[in-house]
Amino acid sequence: MIEIGLGHYLTLGAVIFSIGIIGIFLNRKNIIVILMSIELILLAVNINLVSFSIYLGDLSGQVFTLFILTVAAAEAAIGLAIIVVYFRNSGTIRVEEIDKLKG
Amino acid sequence: MIAHAIFFYFFSVIAVISAIMVTVSKNTVHSVFFLILDFISISCLFIMIGAEFLGMIMLIVYVGAVAVLFLFVVMMLNVAQQKNQWFISKESSGHIPVGLVISVIIFFELIIVIGGWKHKPELFNPTNLSITKELTNTHSLGQVLYTDYIHVFQISGMILLIAMIGAIVLTFRQREGVKKQSYLKQISRERTEGVEVLEVASNKGVKIDD
Repeated sequence: MIEIGLGHYLTLGAVIFSIGIIGIFLNRKNIIVILMSIELILLAVNINLVSFSIYLGDLSGQVFTLFILTVAAAEAAIGLAIIVVYFRNSGTIRVEEIDKLKG
Repeated sequence: MIAHAIFFYFFSVIAVISAIMVTVSKNTVHSVFFLILDFISISCLFIMIGAEFLGMIMLIVYVGAVAVLFLFVVMMLNVAQQKNQWFISKESSGHIPVGLVISVIIFFELIIVIGGWKHKPELFNPTNLSITKELTNTHSLGQVLYTDYIHVFQISGMILLIAMIGAIVLTFRQREGVKKQSYLKQISRERTEGVEVLEVASNKGVKIDD
């Protein structure tokens, strides 16, 4: 309990990952919060990579965390741009009312 | 060692609570603020275990850019109060138990994997990327980032460029009835269409049609 090891960090990553998935399912009103939940999931992945990299003494985990950070930033920018365009065209971003594809 | 434990529990409890608040908060602006708090506490954890470059990069990229982008969009779209009754709404309540069950199953699977995982050093080949004590974290990352990972690094730069172009193309629109300066029109104007030389007779004056 006092000795903080790799398992503690991995558990923290697992908790945040699960909270992100709960956020995707729970939130049916606002698509921006779904994007934020995806950011939380990517954050959990980053925690896993960094803690493995530190505790195994290999630097490649941190390098890949850097690339995940890049992709996450690009994804947030594109996703928010799509949301802005959708809101401009249809006037709502409620998840229930986005059913143009009839899926 | 005890300080490590205290700081780990402090930051991780803050991170978990703020992650929960991101998902259940009624106001979207509050969700963005809790997301910022989450990123800050996780980057404190990164700095604490020795990945200080990544911690600082996360502060700059996430808190400085991504979260502010979220905040801009939330405030621009004016959806702050749209999220009020997700437990009451009929058609959405079917998703919540399914989501909870799936998340709990995923969480326990991850916990089982973590609990059963054992580190065997003889199976793990140390590469040339091993962390040394002589170099700082930033120094060693910089040494591998521009040598071993140069192609991946360039590709990530291309991804950022494409994302920038895509965001601009998506949100660009030409409004009607906006007066703009047209450089091409200005510089392609000729002397003949601008001025005219008139022969003015004495005591008659000039009639200018305007």
